[in-house]
Amino acid sequence: MTREELQSRISEIAPMATAIEGGEWLNMDVAPADWKNVAKLVRHTAGLDMDYLFCLTCVDWKTHLTMVYHLTSTTHRQTVVFKVKLDREKAEVDTVCDIWRTAEFHEREVFELFGVDFKGHPDLRKLILPDDWQGFPLRKDYEDPINMIKL
Amino acid sequence: MLQDVIEAGNGDMIVNVGPQHPATHGVLHLVITIHGETIKKVEPHLGYIHRSIEKMCESLTYRQFIYVTSRMDYLSSHINNHACALLTEKALQIEVPERAQYIRVIMDELTRLASHQLWWGAMAMDIGALTPFFLAFREREMINDIMEETCGARLTMNYMVPGGVMFDIHPNFVQKVKEFNAHFKQKIDEYDELLTGNIIFQNRMKGVGVLSKEDAISFGCTGPTARASGVSCDIRKLFPYEVYDKVSFKECMATEGDSFARYVVRLEEMKESMRIIDQLIDNIPEGEIQGKTKAVLKPPKGEFYTRVETARGELGVYVVSEGATTPYRIKFRSPGFSNLSALDHIARGQKLGDLVAMMGTLDLVIPDIDR
Repeated sequence: MTREELQSRISEIAPMATAIEGGEWLNMDVAPADWKNVAKLVRHTAGLDMDYLFCLTCVDWKTHLTMVYHLTSTTHRQTVVFKVKLDREKAEVDTVCDIWRTAEFHEREVFELFGVDFKGHPDLRKLILPDDWQGFPLRKDYEDPINMIKL
Repeated sequence: MLQDVIEAGNGDMIVNVGPQHPATHGVLHLVITIHGETIKKVEPHLGYIHRSIEKMCESLTYRQFIYVTSRMDYLSSHINNHACALLTEKALQIEVPERAQYIRVIMDELTRLASHQLWWGAMAMDIGALTPFFLAFREREMINDIMEETCGARLTMNYMVPGGVMFDIHPNFVQKVKEFNAHFKQKIDEYDELLTGNIIFQNRMKGVGVLSKEDAISFGCTGPTARASGVSCDIRKLFPYEVYDKVSFKECMATEGDSFARYVVRLEEMKESMRIIDQLIDNIPEGEIQGKTKAVLKPPKGEFYTRVETARGELGVYVVSEGATTPYRIKFRSPGFSNLSALDHIARGQKLGDLVAMMGTLDLVIPDIDR
């Protein structure tokens, strides 16, 4: 399936996802409220079967946060990248760990490093950092005078 | 083995394994809930070796951050570096000379061999067979010597630069690699004789920690762990980079998904790695070892993603570039992190004594998980 075909197929079943120009793969923008529905649709629609979430991360753009989900299908070998814009002050989005189980650990990682709240996550606790850690280290405005050396 | 045992009510016990446990080969802390000897839950606590490499890389240039990644999965440090070098080359469309590509792939496969040898010895040692450890280290030493001669280091080689490799190969390189290959071809049969056919070993591995194909995909498992469950996920085959499309090798697969299948897949992979080296070592073309690059690397604005097959699975590097000399955001999708997330699933209902067999065959490297 080419990029255009994939784009029209996804737009057909999930009109709330809008394509973004550029990038190696098809990039699509989704509102946080629609994300869970879109995720379910691309996972379970025959012909798409996006069953492998190979990268889940977040980018701090200073004005907002963007969740980035790299999805691929192990049967059809097509890749799509979903981007969900979040408010920096009140960053929350639905969890997808019931759809792709790998998301459970990756969301915990994003939760502690970026401060994104994943609604519906069964076990949202700190994974890497100590339990009493303050602040979100991978945000751009994070300051730590002891542990960070600025070049 | 057990640090402390706490009574948790209803007959369940909570057992801490690690962070200083010989079978975790690093500082992994598992909090395990057991009922009698049966595992009910495994909860990994990470971060004992977390250095925030992703944050560190945000203040390093595209030439510099390659060498930080050697410290992630230290057993496939060369392959980690390879992923970062590929990323910069992709972003700036740098041509890599053919000689450098050949050297890179040979080094990749030597790294994979060394990593699998260490895994073989350490995994066998964990479940109680001590001899394999000495055999594996005997052969691994030869690879380390080859690395030392050419790269100047034995473990964290730092041999990659964007556009090629740092130095040309040592005059002895070809000869020594051939010697090693001939030697190891005989020795790998010894590995099989010693351990694979051993009935005690098989009883400890077969049917232990079964991971189904669907679960392997859902948990994002890659590398030998997923291939033992029948998932075709070898990046060298699916998205060939460098000269992997010019060599013939088999993607080693199994369908059982248990610890023994993971063991067999890794052993087979060693044989395939030797085949790849055999095909390349005589044909290293003459020429440059580095492509032409600018002194300051500034990839254009945008997002880039590259992936390579490390000894543990798929390593993805996701970079957001703002057109500056340093990446705006970098994410390492490490294979160990996803493979570890499946541990809880495969360990439930198994016996506590089998946990090291499962951990051993998942081939966890803790710095790779913590980053």
